[in-house]
Amino acid sequence: MTDSNQGTLPFKPKSKLFEGIGSGIIRVSAFTALIGIFLIFVFIFKEAIPIFTSEAVQETASLDKMVFKQEFREGRDPLWSWAPNSRQPKFSLMPLVLGSIKAAVIAMLFAVPLAVGAAIYSSEFASKRWREFIKPIIEILAGIPSVVLGFFALIVMATVFREVFGFTYRLNAFVAGVALGLAVIPIVFTVAEDAMTSIPQSLRQAALAVGANKWQVSMTMVLPAALPGIAAGVVLGFGRAIGETMIVLMASGNAPLTTASLFDSIRTMSATIASEMGEVVVGSTHYNVLFFIGTLLFIFTFIINLGGDLILRRIKERIQGKVT
Amino acid sequence: MFKRLAVLALVTIFAATTLQSDTPVRITITGSDTLVRLGQRWAEEFMKRHDDVIIQVSGGGSGRGIASLLNGTTDICEASRPFHEEEYELAKERGIDVFEVAVALDGIAVFVHNSNPIETITLTDLRDIYTGYITNWSEIGGPDEPIILYSRENNSGTFMYFREKVLDDEDFDPRTQSLPGTAAVVNAVSQDPNGIGYGGIAYGESIRHLMVAYTADDEPVDPTFESISEGTYPISRPLFWYTNGKPNGMIKELVNWVLSEEGQTIARETDYVPLHPEDAQANLITD
Repeated sequence: MTDSNQGTLPFKPKSKLFEGIGSGIIRVSAFTALIGIFLIFVFIFKEAIPIFTSEAVQETASLDKMVFKQEFREGRDPLWSWAPNSRQPKFSLMPLVLGSIKAAVIAMLFAVPLAVGAAIYSSEFASKRWREFIKPIIEILAGIPSVVLGFFALIVMATVFREVFGFTYRLNAFVAGVALGLAVIPIVFTVAEDAMTSIPQSLRQAALAVGANKWQVSMTMVLPAALPGIAAGVVLGFGRAIGETMIVLMASGNAPLTTASLFDSIRTMSATIASEMGEVVVGSTHYNVLFFIGTLLFIFTFIINLGGDLILRRIKERIQGKVT
Repeated sequence: MFKRLAVLALVTIFAATTLQSDTPVRITITGSDTLVRLGQRWAEEFMKRHDDVIIQVSGGGSGRGIASLLNGTTDICEASRPFHEEEYELAKERGIDVFEVAVALDGIAVFVHNSNPIETITLTDLRDIYTGYITNWSEIGGPDEPIILYSRENNSGTFMYFREKVLDDEDFDPRTQSLPGTAAVVNAVSQDPNGIGYGGIAYGESIRHLMVAYTADDEPVDPTFESISEGTYPISRPLFWYTNGKPNGMIKELVNWVLSEEGQTIARETDYVPLHPEDAQANLITD
């Protein structure tokens, strides 16, 4: 069957054709994703444009009306109000932005110490067997659908937390933030752990050789060296926390408040889009504003993720630079 | 979702018509999302009884239904509110003779936790609670605990109706927590001894309905199918069908069947409140 002249080669020269087709297909798929992201942005932004161009839309939803406190009735204090379906629609974005930030910050405060602690343990202290047991299990957390985490927060965590802490609101920023933290832990953990294990073994050995113990090695040598990697993990985790929808939709109470308390209910940008987009009148001001919120979320997460990626790339270059 | 259902209905209708030899009567029904589920049930049952009729039901809201009727693109408009003055004028301009018939009722119950000692509430107190003027149960004779507000999402018809009827078009207190669907509100109140919520009539283990009175001088009324259909329960509304001119032919037959005992029983089975039998009788279209 095989040509005896080419018996020594595992592939026939003909396979060049397949190489061309194969690499072509792969190239197309890479660009499809790129074009997809671009088109998504264009479409979302296109639907938000009337906020900048249409006078009818700007009457209730101009940029300054969405940002600054408004006086809606004579004699009452001006306020930030999200009430898109009132007789007099109010489209202040502050309650929603504040809600998203509150939830994400609580999530980070909860997740980062746990994730970084777990990463230090896994990369520096755990035996090989333990490490291979712990790492996949934490990473499995990332695979839990957010609706499951949200349901858990809504039914179990909210009740337990209220009994323990005596919250006035059963569903609040704290409950949503902690549940969100569960979704963020695996992201921070994975990136931070990778950063620590990629620190060359020779550095650790050098430190040990001059008399440092394991704790000193981890705290004074590995942790500072891996800091950019940990920062990248935190940034990526924050991006996830801002964009995450289902958990906050279910566990945050969805009340558009602008209080400073972390134990009041909140309404986030993502949850607002999810709950209101379904039945909004297409082409209405409310519709345009929802797409504007979508654009903001897109830009936020894009910048955050880009930042995280850039940090990671620089670390990689630096490490490779050292090795060669 | 209703859009998808409507498309599905269109496709089925298309498939069905290509198979049928004689041309059947087509009736389109458009409008209120509150009514769309009932409209679909009625259409299914009516089509089972009449092979020669095809009814196509879609939602989109009362506003869309009214616009469709004014544009002449629907035969029947479903609406959970009456026409506004401007809409009547527009209809007149276009030579459309708006014919109104109430086909079912809708009542909104107010829930509290079982442990709450409050049994009755007036519409005024309810308004002050939801607009944030009353924030503690002790202000209306309950324990010294904060009132935790639960509401439906701000795009639901129930939310809109509650805001119009109970809140006199004022805004909900921003502390109001909004939840998707009556079931979620019931669940939240059942876990919150200080909570209050509203929605369709629903029963749950640790919640109960408040009896509602118009004012402190009026008799408080429990929300039941009977009190709503008699019109004694304060937070209830009629749901309408509108047509262009007095219906005749198959549409008249459909409307009269919907108002019949059979049609009203289907309404009740679909969790809507049937009309009072006398009202249903009075609404029948005669020649």
